[in-house]
Amino acid sequence: MAVSSAAVQPRPSILSRSLSLLADSRNALGFGFMLPAAALLLVFLTYPLGLGVWLGFTDARIGRPGIFIGTENYQYLWDDAVFWLSVFNTLLYTISASILKFALGLWLALILNQNLPFKSFFRAIVLLPWVVPTVLSAIAFWWIYDSQFSILSWALMEMGLIDHRINFLGDPENARASVIAANVWRGIPFVAITLLAGLQTIPQSLYEAATLDGASRWQLFRYVTLPLLTPIIAITMTFSVLFTFTDFQLIYVLTRGGPVNATHLMATLSFQRGISGGQLGEGAAIAVAMIPFLLAAILFSYFGLQRRKWQQGGGD
Amino acid sequence: MAVIKKAAITKTKRPELDEGGMGYLQSLPRRVVTVYLPLLVFVIVLLFPFYWMTITAVKPNLEMTDYANFNPFWVVHPTLEHIRYLLFDTSYPGWLLNTIIISTAATFLSLLAAVFAAYAIERLRFSGARQVGLAVFLAYLVPPSILFIPLSVMVFNLGLYDTPFALILTYPTFLVPFCTWLLMGYFRSIPFELEECALIDGASRWQILTKIVLPLSVPGLISAGIFAFTLSWNEFIYALTFIQSSENKTVPVGVLTELVRSDVYEWGALMAGALIGSLPVVVLYSFFVEHYVSSMTGAVKE
Repeated sequence: MAVSSAAVQPRPSILSRSLSLLADSRNALGFGFMLPAAALLLVFLTYPLGLGVWLGFTDARIGRPGIFIGTENYQYLWDDAVFWLSVFNTLLYTISASILKFALGLWLALILNQNLPFKSFFRAIVLLPWVVPTVLSAIAFWWIYDSQFSILSWALMEMGLIDHRINFLGDPENARASVIAANVWRGIPFVAITLLAGLQTIPQSLYEAATLDGASRWQLFRYVTLPLLTPIIAITMTFSVLFTFTDFQLIYVLTRGGPVNATHLMATLSFQRGISGGQLGEGAAIAVAMIPFLLAAILFSYFGLQRRKWQQGGGD
Repeated sequence: MAVIKKAAITKTKRPELDEGGMGYLQSLPRRVVTVYLPLLVFVIVLLFPFYWMTITAVKPNLEMTDYANFNPFWVVHPTLEHIRYLLFDTSYPGWLLNTIIISTAATFLSLLAAVFAAYAIERLRFSGARQVGLAVFLAYLVPPSILFIPLSVMVFNLGLYDTPFALILTYPTFLVPFCTWLLMGYFRSIPFELEECALIDGASRWQILTKIVLPLSVPGLISAGIFAFTLSWNEFIYALTFIQSSENKTVPVGVLTELVRSDVYEWGALMAGALIGSLPVVVLYSFFVEHYVSSMTGAVKE
């Protein structure tokens, strides 16, 4: 509070008068300053969120406002195998991509934290996949995964590792692995650079002290790096999980949910039913169905990691 | 004493115990295996798609599909044909212009709202400021994938469908929370004493904001602006849903929906479109990479 600390200074009469004036107007001023942001967010974020929940209970279609039909959309989805497949796909996609992003990102962060020549150059280069528009890099992956002219197939065949072209996006299992790989490729830089920043806040003296106590490299990582990094890991991974779970662009470019819905995520299914198919109510219901999963993911990664931080802190 | 000395000697005989955080103690071969080799693999994998994009954009169609006679990793007769086709025979320049206008407008709108909001939450400390700060953070966690259907209904009812305003007004839903959060962190790093001095000198809150806080937070404003611009440049799902006519599309949507025709994929033009569409953000980012990295990590200092 600026007010109380300022009151210590000399000449209290003028100060207290101006400060009391200020305190009177603070709420009014705060309200005025918040107005533009609050208006934008209330109109275009809070209201649509409520509207989305309402739409999920109606049979609205494009160009026709719906009427209230209760939980019919949800009952329909409950018996819809494609919906459950998309839930399974989303979970598989989120969990496997997040684990890979975390492991590889942490590894890359540890490498970049070493004394390297051209350190800032490498740091800048590594961020590129994250900066470039996802749709545009996904188009590059589309071409890399081409069934006929895939450069990966060609290179592996030249090396004699495989004897026929890989059908990256045409086969359900391959398609899942391919989209996960592309997502991991795009997600590594964010995880790596954020964790790198966390690593750089760890004082070097802790490592020196632990080394003097005879800690091995693994022990240094396990008992110094990891505990101190846990809070930033929690935040980074919460964001990473959230954005992976709601991913749309990559799937839309690479497979549009195919082959035979093997890569349909909840977001792409919601778009397909709601916008392409015109069943706004059903699409909104699918989107609303994502919310419990999102909350669970946030709570899990946030509190799960927070608790471990406390345990490790207590262990020291 | 003797025991301690002995222990010290046995310790120096086992150099592997003395490694770790102090990288300079590592031997060169070991560093090559644990640091340089993995780094090389990471850099190659992370950059390959861009290399492949670039090389395909300048490759003649003949070389592009004939792997038997031409090594696909190189281009023998580079051509600008795909780029010429893209710039003169498609609506690509229009999409580029749309994206620039929409991103700039959305960025300015969001920054304006975010500066006031962040200042109010962080410095005015009106009653409930903490709760509002938390709400702003939660707003950032609401993903566009949940909002696009109700927003499309709203956009249509407001008569904004298929106009740039549909995007300029909806992009702040993710830009405002993000910029506010970033600027709050930045304003926190400006000493209170400066504002107190100004208060004593009789400055109003408006004067404090415009003459003291804003000039001091130019680096924070720049990084928030770059982030916001990049995020709106990269946005896809709203642009795909709210825009229909070809001349109003943004680059990501235009490249994907207009350049991909039936069975014939014009890979050269597609890659050129992806490359040129990525260049502005890459250039912008490379100028301000230090801001970017430091503000992304929330460690904004002087």
